[in-house]
Amino acid sequence: MNRIQRLFQGKNRNILNIYFTAGYPNLQDTETIILNLEKAGADLVEVGMPYSDPLADGPTIQESGTQALQNGMTLPLLFEQLEVVRQKTNIPLVMMGYFNQVMQYGEQKFFEKAAAVGIDGLILPDLPLYEYESKYRKIVEELGLSISFLISPQTEAARVKKVDELSNGFIYMVSSSSITGAKSEISSTQIDYFERINAMQLKNPRLIGFGISSHATYRQACQYANGAIIGSAFIKAVGGSTDVAASTRDFVKGILTA
Amino acid sequence: MAPITVNEQGYYGEFGGAFIPEMLHPNVEELRQKYLDLSSQPDFQREFQHLLRDYVGRPTPLYLAKRLSEYYGTTIYLKREDLCHTGAHKINNTIGQILLAKRLGKTRIIAETGAGQHGVATATVCALMGIQCIVYMGEVDIKRQAPNVARMRMLGAEVRPATSGSKTLKDATNEAIRDWINNPVDTHYIIGSVVGPHPYPDMVARFQSVISEEIMWQLEEHTGKKYPDAVIACVGGGSNAAGAFYHYLNEEKVRLIAVEAAGEGIHSGKSAATSVLGTKGVIHGSRTLLMQTEDGQIVEPHSISAGLDYPGIGPMHAHLISTGRAEAISITDEEALEAAVLVSRREGIIPALETAHAFAALKYMQYKPSDILVFCLSGRGDKDLDTYMKHL
Ligand SMILES: Cc1ncc(COP(=O)(O)O)c(C=O)c1O
Repeated sequence: MNRIQRLFQGKNRNILNIYFTAGYPNLQDTETIILNLEKAGADLVEVGMPYSDPLADGPTIQESGTQALQNGMTLPLLFEQLEVVRQKTNIPLVMMGYFNQVMQYGEQKFFEKAAAVGIDGLILPDLPLYEYESKYRKIVEELGLSISFLISPQTEAARVKKVDELSNGFIYMVSSSSITGAKSEISSTQIDYFERINAMQLKNPRLIGFGISSHATYRQACQYANGAIIGSAFIKAVGGSTDVAASTRDFVKGILTA
Repeated sequence: MAPITVNEQGYYGEFGGAFIPEMLHPNVEELRQKYLDLSSQPDFQREFQHLLRDYVGRPTPLYLAKRLSEYYGTTIYLKREDLCHTGAHKINNTIGQILLAKRLGKTRIIAETGAGQHGVATATVCALMGIQCIVYMGEVDIKRQAPNVARMRMLGAEVRPATSGSKTLKDATNEAIRDWINNPVDTHYIIGSVVGPHPYPDMVARFQSVISEEIMWQLEEHTGKKYPDAVIACVGGGSNAAGAFYHYLNEEKVRLIAVEAAGEGIHSGKSAATSVLGTKGVIHGSRTLLMQTEDGQIVEPHSISAGLDYPGIGPMHAHLISTGRAEAISITDEEALEAAVLVSRREGIIPALETAHAFAALKYMQYKPSDILVFCLSGRGDKDLDTYMKHL
């Protein structure tokens, strides 16, 4: 059992998962951000591998990725940083990135390296279920890594079941049909969708992501799923910060308390 | 050699597939399930053929270019896609896709464009059908292809600038994909080349295949032979080349020559010569050859021609080139400009900058005086006059 599976065994409500782009705002912030997220009460951290052409991301995450690449972030460097961080914390870590980066690193080598440095899970939004199942499922499962696939309001029931079968750890429930980016409210059509998914009795817990930006939207998401994922709003909070550690803690406190 | 086809998952050999975020899956899957069936229905075919003939002006002529033939000492035919309504081959595909979009019940169309020809062709068919049209175009391309921006606006389309990355075709495509993610129900994305997730490469190739279908019977009329010695076309994403090659793919005696943009020189750091500089990877939902760093970051390309200024090629071309079925030739900005002047002055036809690359390839090709060469004259050069005037 990896740290993600253990986390959900002990806690299945109000999970707070924070996404950050590695190398942003500064190249060496990875450790500061992860340790302070943990200290302030985040349950899970999603480490974004910055990418030149992030198709599923809105302007905030796009720009943070561009900046991170300009700062000099690379996958080998990120693995080095994470290996050091892993000595200092037990918080579950998920790597999120686009599949081309994995391909260039070498798929097998990437999965092995991720497991070796203490990564627990993966989110690869443009890796198709078919490719995963036919080529990578075996190695990912053998290495004990979790993988989370996405569902959106348009995902058909049969496919939701397939996602549930292939995911292990949690399912990433995209809140609305959109790219990432902070929005302010959760609508009644979204609630219908959350309830429809809840009624399906899936084996994996669900985290709601995309558009969660505040204490209010976090609380709302937690009513309909096991927790929430916050990305763009966090990136904005550390963006212009001169004290990334303090901004990180303040942000998490702001989400967890009214 | 095994016949060249696409499999159920959208692969040509090891290239293709559909590497897309889940949010796009329902739309792309619906298209995959329906494109072959819908486009082969009699009512679709009737409307498609009618529009190609009476609206686009097909068949386009296959013209024996006497003075060019004389200059190069061989026989050169030009497939006159520049004479299509809107001035390029792009409209063959947009007619096909708008008819599909209507049958899928879509009420909003988005497109990306580089040179603006695909944007104009999309704006045109949307005007024809009375459907809302939004075209994403890189900020750099909006400047260098201004006449086409004006045409799109005249046709009632909204042109939205793409301001990230190199602000060219790649970035316009990123923005169009993001728009589609945000508008999954009412919108169809008309991709303008044989790129993107399956079924786009195959679907666009089929709609463009009318080019080689016509070349076959027209060449037979002219020469008594259906098969030229070579077909030559420029490749941005590769749609005019796919159309010109299509019915010759499995005829190995016909050489297929794909001409890409070398920009300021293949190794100048300002190039779009994907066949040389590209490695296997994923771009815009397809596993293909693309220009990227060791770390898998996509490299910003360069070409004087907005339509060829793209860091990848369609998966079919990646397959054709890596198996040796097609030959790739890379042409610099300078060589393309020279060829544009030559063709203009020898034939009285001003080619698009994209197309000019194909002509420039002649100086690197081996051919015999007895050969018959067919060039896909993919578009006309009105949109490029500003650039041409600067270099005359
Ligand atoms: C006239 C012309 N030829 C060629 C191209 C390149 O596209 P493709 O490689 O898809 O034919 C373009 C693209 O804008 C074009 O306008």
